[in-house]
Amino acid sequence: MPGEARKLTVEDLKRIKEEHRATFTLREGGYRAKVTVNMGTCGIAAGAREVMNALVEELSASGAKDVIVTTAGCGGLCSREPMAWVEIAGQPVVRYCDLNGQKIKRIFKEHILDGRVVEEYALAVGDETSY
Amino acid sequence: MGNYRANLVICGGTGCIAGGGAKIRDAMQAELAARGLEKEIGIVMTGCNGFCAQGPIMTVYPDGTFYEKLTPADVPLIVEEHLLKGRPVEKLMHKDPVLKRAVPAMHDIPFFNLQVLRALRNKGLIDAEKIEEYIARDGYMAAAKALLQMTPEQIVSEVKASGLRGRGGAGFPTGVKWELCARVQGDVKYILCNGDEGDPGAFMDRSVMEADPHVVLEGMIIAARAIGAHKGYIYVRAEYPLAVSRLQMAIDQANEYGLLGKNILGSGFDLDIEIYQGAGAFVCGEETALMRSLEGKRGMPIPRPPFPAVQGLWKKPTVLNNVETYANIPPIILNGAGWFRELGIEKSAGTKVFALTGAINNIGLIEVPMGIPLRKIIYDIGGGIKKGRQFKAVQLGGPSGGCIPKELLDTPVTYEDITQTGAIVGSGGMVVMDESNCMVSVAKFFLEFTTDESCGKCPPCRIGTKIMHGKLKDITEGLGKPGDIELLQDLAQDIINTSLCGLGQTAPNPVLSTIKYFRDEYEAHINEGWCKAGVCRPLTTFYIDASKCIGCGACARVCPQKTVSGEKKKPHSIDQSGCIKCRSCYEACKFGAVKIGPGSLKQKLLEEAEAAKGVSE
Repeated sequence: MPGEARKLTVEDLKRIKEEHRATFTLREGGYRAKVTVNMGTCGIAAGAREVMNALVEELSASGAKDVIVTTAGCGGLCSREPMAWVEIAGQPVVRYCDLNGQKIKRIFKEHILDGRVVEEYALAVGDETSY
Repeated sequence: MGNYRANLVICGGTGCIAGGGAKIRDAMQAELAARGLEKEIGIVMTGCNGFCAQGPIMTVYPDGTFYEKLTPADVPLIVEEHLLKGRPVEKLMHKDPVLKRAVPAMHDIPFFNLQVLRALRNKGLIDAEKIEEYIARDGYMAAAKALLQMTPEQIVSEVKASGLRGRGGAGFPTGVKWELCARVQGDVKYILCNGDEGDPGAFMDRSVMEADPHVVLEGMIIAARAIGAHKGYIYVRAEYPLAVSRLQMAIDQANEYGLLGKNILGSGFDLDIEIYQGAGAFVCGEETALMRSLEGKRGMPIPRPPFPAVQGLWKKPTVLNNVETYANIPPIILNGAGWFRELGIEKSAGTKVFALTGAINNIGLIEVPMGIPLRKIIYDIGGGIKKGRQFKAVQLGGPSGGCIPKELLDTPVTYEDITQTGAIVGSGGMVVMDESNCMVSVAKFFLEFTTDESCGKCPPCRIGTKIMHGKLKDITEGLGKPGDIELLQDLAQDIINTSLCGLGQTAPNPVLSTIKYFRDEYEAHINEGWCKAGVCRPLTTFYIDASKCIGCGACARVCPQKTVSGEKKKPHSIDQSGCIKCRSCYEACKFGAVKIGPGSLKQKLLEEAEAAKGVSE
């Protein structure tokens, strides 16, 4: 941030929280889909960069403007990395595992653009239990 | 594929085409064109979807409605009702949503449904490099509460009441540690984070620092407020470059947003945090050695007391907590001690993160309520042992811990119960071992590690671990003598009793626990010259049991020495003179025909072969 450092207050925190909730609840953010590639050390070692590159390539080739591509750390099931989580607005998250560039391209076409879950690559759907 | 309002996926597999799938497509194209919908609604033909008996089938996306046994006559109805008016045609729909079940739900998979994510609540969910995403998940709300609405005493008593114990290994009550330090008078105090994770096979803290770096900062802010510290250091090993860069990014963002630095959130409270990169010495995970390393000195422990809470970094009152401990703090402050105690049991409240690895199907980072039996972790979450092998032991606590055998698999994971077995909960490394692991070699591996990592300050640890390692090496090389086991036990006791720090005091544990539960393996090594797992080469002879061999040749194909031979469909044999005991044939055989004999068998088999040769000549 250039110039004067921004000093947050508690009110600012609450505002940021509300604003950015949108990226978690897609509809409010005006996005239709979000892809999260798990890029912890385990994911990267297993080839998450290739997955990410393929995904970004596919996204720009498609010209889709309503899809968020983002990263996160270790997804927990390191033996099935690279993993990516795909969320389409209003639907439960689908968790894909054992990915590579080819597979994510297919997922992008079939699941994100056409709305069909690529069952053979999917591990599970839904959320984990957090407190 | 364009962006259609809806997509019709018609099965184009052989079964459905035979049933009229192509006619459905043609009818649909005609109908859509007739109603001017062809630009709004796409048609896709897919490969076989496996549901041939109900064909022709068609799925409508995005809503996922599944139609079965269609005829061209059904098409106008579907277009009219479903695609124009948005009312799916019930009578054509499948009764059982098979498509929805094809991918299991998270709560149907034991790996996920037995876990409860608290310390890992943002795992794989937020972008570690964006502070806004952390804030969107209630980030820094606990810090705000602690700074603006709570007194330091209230923070301490909340953490004490939660029963949270140090997640780095020793399990010391976190609130008590904070209270000790808070009571000490002094205007300069330090708050430290221990990210010097070093156990072989452990990666809990690394994952937290990489995936959710802000939670570490928030935990430290709350702790700093509780004890009255204004300077903090995160000690991370340089081998964790991704963790270091993400933490640094988090610190920069927090400084920019005024969540670190002067007058945090307008509370008047100041805190600066810096990263200090360690060079990777295992002993620097010990608190007093870590502080010496931070001071720029050689990383060696000093005797306690005085405890760091009174005299720590640069002789100032200091609190050091582990990464996972800090990750537990914000939710305790937000939700209260009572909430924290809802999971876990009595003296082991809350959840614990484990790095599950080794001979297990699901390798990964898990978080479970304390008190869960080991069996559930290994068989339900871990999905059991790889390649259908037999479970032998699970190693907890790394070089300071021990092995737990299958008889004790129902032990609940609590600090007390695990310690009873001779292992420790430790920082959370959990290495699963199967029948192909030699327990003497496992003990030797850990002793080699601690011998290497001993800082050398106190003789019991420096010399004792070296001698123990030498004995173990002898035993695995066939040089073991009767009495070695007792000597190892004796030495272990002395090292435990007389070492200065936790490294030496716990280094013999892997030996003691393997002797306790797998004494027969030690004895077989020493007395029979036999490593029954086939790991110690001098104590192993691989041979083929002719009664079990079907002559498939799998072993001959993998032998790098080409010493396995035999005619097709007839029992094979190994030429002992060329065998290097690499195990390849043993791993390749699907019929259990390759056997592991004692080391002395090799000579016997060689002589037999020699004699047979003589006869045939």
